[in-house]
Amino acid sequence: MTTPDQAAVLVDADEHRGGTGTARFVLRKIVEAVVSILLVIVLFFFLFRLLPGDPVATMIRDRPTSPQQLAELRQRMGVDDPVLVQFGRYLWGLLHGDLGESYLFTGRPVADMIGERLWPTVLLVGSATLLAVVIGLWLGIRAAWRRDSFFDRAQTGIALTLWSVPQFWLGLMLLVSTGGLFPSRGMHSPDAAPDFLSQTLDVAHHLVLPCVTLLAVFYAQYMLIMRSSLLGEMNADYLTTARAKGLRDELVRRRHAVPNALLPTTTLVFMQLGMVVAGAITVEAVFSWPGLGLLTYDALHGPDLPVLQGVFTVLASAVVLMNLLAELLYRVLDPRVRTS
Amino acid sequence: MTTAETPRQIAWKRRRDGLARSWQGFAGQKPALIGLILLGATVVLALLLPLISDESGLDVTKATGGPLRPPSADYWLGTDNYGRSVLLMTMWGSRISLLVGFSAALLSVVIGTLIGITAAHFGGWVSATLLRFTDFFLVLPSLILAIALSAVLPKGVGTIILAIGLTAWPSTARLVRAQTLTIESRPYIERAHALGGGHLHVIGKHVLPGVMPLVLANTTLVVGNAVIADATLSFLGVGDPNSVTWGLVLENALNNGAISAGAWWNVLPPGIAIVLVVLMFTLVGRGLETVFNPRLKK
Repeated sequence: MTTPDQAAVLVDADEHRGGTGTARFVLRKIVEAVVSILLVIVLFFFLFRLLPGDPVATMIRDRPTSPQQLAELRQRMGVDDPVLVQFGRYLWGLLHGDLGESYLFTGRPVADMIGERLWPTVLLVGSATLLAVVIGLWLGIRAAWRRDSFFDRAQTGIALTLWSVPQFWLGLMLLVSTGGLFPSRGMHSPDAAPDFLSQTLDVAHHLVLPCVTLLAVFYAQYMLIMRSSLLGEMNADYLTTARAKGLRDELVRRRHAVPNALLPTTTLVFMQLGMVVAGAITVEAVFSWPGLGLLTYDALHGPDLPVLQGVFTVLASAVVLMNLLAELLYRVLDPRVRTS
Repeated sequence: MTTAETPRQIAWKRRRDGLARSWQGFAGQKPALIGLILLGATVVLALLLPLISDESGLDVTKATGGPLRPPSADYWLGTDNYGRSVLLMTMWGSRISLLVGFSAALLSVVIGTLIGITAAHFGGWVSATLLRFTDFFLVLPSLILAIALSAVLPKGVGTIILAIGLTAWPSTARLVRAQTLTIESRPYIERAHALGGGHLHVIGKHVLPGVMPLVLANTTLVVGNAVIADATLSFLGVGDPNSVTWGLVLENALNNGAISAGAWWNVLPPGIAIVLVVLMFTLVGRGLETVFNPRLKK
């Protein structure tokens, strides 16, 4: 995990060297992202196919398997071919959207399994991030503007405490303490009416607990980042100027201070998406939310290595793409970087 | 009579004074001091556990209480579904958590420091490559990498330590690199080079002592993260199945009916323990940072 202080370093340390045109900058970033995704593919191939020594032996370690089944499984996964041949075949499959076949659900294409689990995760991560950003930024702005006030101290204290809370535990506590007020598992109730409105309300009802759990830890992050970012602007000359013009305190904050402080925060929101995704794995496991996290959790108990490899490759690539987006967005948002 | 001090003595005196000053700065912060005292007490308690409690109570076959009993005079924090004392399990869980926390943090900080110093000191393509490498791992969610590692390696405490240690280093590397660059831009490094100091001399005698304080502060923060990561991995079922950990108690609560039975006493104690331990490390870490990080001084 990165703390806000460390995360702030990331943005600071980002290259602000001038001299390159926007086109070259965009191109360089895209090439870097492509290289990163290739590295992700190689890394997870190494982790799941080579590191276990014999992936087939790892997968069957807790269950009785006949020599026949073993031979068939080895043949299906192609583990007896040379490594480079295996990797070549894997890459060729990737280009065609083929992520291999599941082991637990015999022969099911991993890409299909990921496809049908994608949308619940996007819904959960998306709604939690949106709410966390709105709440976090709002509280962060309030806290920084009234620095060292009771509100600031209380908010920072709460945020730091939530920071130390493992997400899955918060989820378990919510489950125990709300006692049946919200559904505890899954995404749909079997008895919900089939019309669109009832279905939507039903999903929303199921979404409440997992979303609140994810939100509670991440809003704290955004709040701390926004707070420190705004504190950095508080003594800037342009704020003195704005006040000298006779602007009301609220206008100074809203029109002058906040937009500048938002710059580093915006990119950090994207950069933290990787952590939100990682958090979603445990939260989905707690609430049996049928997304990629629950798929991971179930696959871990095999272990279903092809599924894990597929899910992690997809998640990591998504995080790389989000970072690319963040870097490009920063360029658009910050005129200083654009013109330099 | 002149009591001429040798350079070595002068250096040691200076170090002692510096240490005393740092300690005063640290002890002057109440939260940090409280964190340190509580942390010390926790570590001592964890070490003394075999003397003051009976380990056999952790064995499901030797459990004495009834299943899922609420807190009572005999079982202060109630029992789990096997009839084991939750208090006992929570106390014993601290041993693995602290062991994993410290070892994994140490491993990751050593890796991070080595990579950070190398990336800053040598410059050129070595630096560029290492920096890209670090950024790559910084972007990837470390928890996902840790899950992947612990899924494919044989289950056990060693695997968890490796999995967390090998994935948590990038932020340390970034921090150390920045600090090394600051130190190496100073004139005395140029002087050391001019006097014929090699890479090892400059790194060992000048860079490392300058980086260590910040690394120390960073380590305590990393331990807290490692404790959370350890609990998460055991909760997900990739931890050591043979030792009682906080994550495992919580996993057991979810999968064996304690949650649906509303047995909050199975969930609250291990979680509070995690939060407290992480908070202690955070308090100590923030205190050290305030002392050692010149940018935070007022």
